[in-house]
Amino acid sequence: MDLDSITVMLRSFWTVWLMLLLTGILVYAMWPGNRRTFDDAAQIPLKDDGQEL
Amino acid sequence: MTSATLTSGATLGSQRVSEDVRYHEDAIRLFVIAAVFWGVVGFLAGTFIALQLAFPALNLGLEWTSFGRLRPVHTSAVIFAFGGNVLFATSLYSVQRTCRQYLFGGEGLAKFIFWNYNVFIVLAALSYVLGFTQGKEYAEPEWILDLYLTVTWVLYAVQFIGTVMTRRESHIYVANWFFMAFILTVAILHIGNNINVPVSLFGMKSYTFVSGVQSAMVQWWYGHNAVGFFLTAGFLGIMYYFVPKRAERPVYSYRLSIVHFWTLIFLYIWAGPHHLHYTSLPDWAQTLGMTFSVMLWMPSWGGMINGIMTLSGAWDKLRTDPVLRFLVTSVAFYGMSTFEGPLMSVKPVNALSHYTDWTVGHVHSGALGWVAFVSFGAIYYLVPVLWKRSQLYSMRLVSYHFWTATIGIVLYITAMWVSGIMQGLMWRAYDNLGFLQYSFVETVAAMHPFYVIRAMGGVLFVTGALIMVYNLWRTAKGDVRIEKPYVTTPHKATVGAA
Repeated sequence: MDLDSITVMLRSFWTVWLMLLLTGILVYAMWPGNRRTFDDAAQIPLKDDGQEL
Repeated sequence: MTSATLTSGATLGSQRVSEDVRYHEDAIRLFVIAAVFWGVVGFLAGTFIALQLAFPALNLGLEWTSFGRLRPVHTSAVIFAFGGNVLFATSLYSVQRTCRQYLFGGEGLAKFIFWNYNVFIVLAALSYVLGFTQGKEYAEPEWILDLYLTVTWVLYAVQFIGTVMTRRESHIYVANWFFMAFILTVAILHIGNNINVPVSLFGMKSYTFVSGVQSAMVQWWYGHNAVGFFLTAGFLGIMYYFVPKRAERPVYSYRLSIVHFWTLIFLYIWAGPHHLHYTSLPDWAQTLGMTFSVMLWMPSWGGMINGIMTLSGAWDKLRTDPVLRFLVTSVAFYGMSTFEGPLMSVKPVNALSHYTDWTVGHVHSGALGWVAFVSFGAIYYLVPVLWKRSQLYSMRLVSYHFWTATIGIVLYITAMWVSGIMQGLMWRAYDNLGFLQYSFVETVAAMHPFYVIRAMGGVLFVTGALIMVYNLWRTAKGDVRIEKPYVTTPHKATVGAA
């Protein structure tokens, strides 16, 4: 089995890879342990503006 | 800044710096001035070519002022000159504040990028008028200008990404993700679409390296992703910083913003083939482009919901803050045009809409409603901050700008819907003997009234922009207009009820 045929075989399952990727993103975004990090991150623009250099 | 947000900011972990961070703002002021200047130039050029379509005598019988040469002047002026300078200003402004770090490469590099980019704009516009073009939509500049732009763009990437890499904030805020996707993808698109073979070393003329249908596919891989990454991802970066900032509330859902980012950038890159339906592009590629375009609807609307719902619990601000009204209306237009886009990419719909004014109307609901409105909102936010003024010269004038421009957009897009669908239906009408019912020139004559309405919409949009220029000029001077203020205190009845 050469590289070309492996590529073609893997490519034919592209909807599966796409779904796995989406699932990965959703799990990362919704993971309970990440909630605090994301809540803090959302506050970043609202912090003090500092001064001009 | 309220003490509540400061306290929650202070809990952010060890990367939080306690000393004041000082930011670079000189170059950003230049970018803002250039954005406003090119905006007016681009809107005027658009209105002029709209009038040329309605009244062909305005071509003036000169090659330099013909529609074919002025049209790329308009598109480049609004997308790359206005939009580009807005993106430079907003990205370099917000990356410093969300990373709590001054610009990597400093003020000097930012100013170098500013002058290089704006000289490129002038050279590109001159070359179009003089008749030099690659004939590729939104990528008209010839090879030597492409190389010049590449250098400038790489320097911009170094400055932006360098600032992110030297950040003093542990997390990379979502707006910076969108800006980085915009910078990197535009670099790849620009280089990929401009692999050309010059005819001579010192001549302007070149030919594309790939030919035939591959050339068309490369062009629309570029063209649609210029929409997706320049006009969408970049301006979503603006939305994710300036909407929360102006509303003084964190984004509705940070989790949704992560899903929005990854799904949007992954899906957009495949949507280009929908520009080549029913051409010699293989059928599977057309269907692929259509499928991804339809899927793109979901992340687009996720982003729209995230932007609009950021105002949840503070909807009254729309009544009292016309700047926020610009920002939120832009997101609503984003939702509308990203619904229309997938619809038009469906092949049977495209069979009616393609090559008609419907496409032009769709582009402008996105460009005027989304891109320009979010830019106006950001500029109105930035000018008092950058020129150290406590407030804008006049909030009432912002409101007049908003309504003038909104009526202009409504005139524009409704005229183009009617005109486009009529045009498509006339092209496909047969008589009972099987002959085409209308000649081409009959469809052109039928479109004339709508071209006039569209040009009137353009005049209103330019008028709004001129109101903005006056308002910003007086703001920069430090003037404050004596006017009836917007009531920001809660209504008496509400207070009584509470």
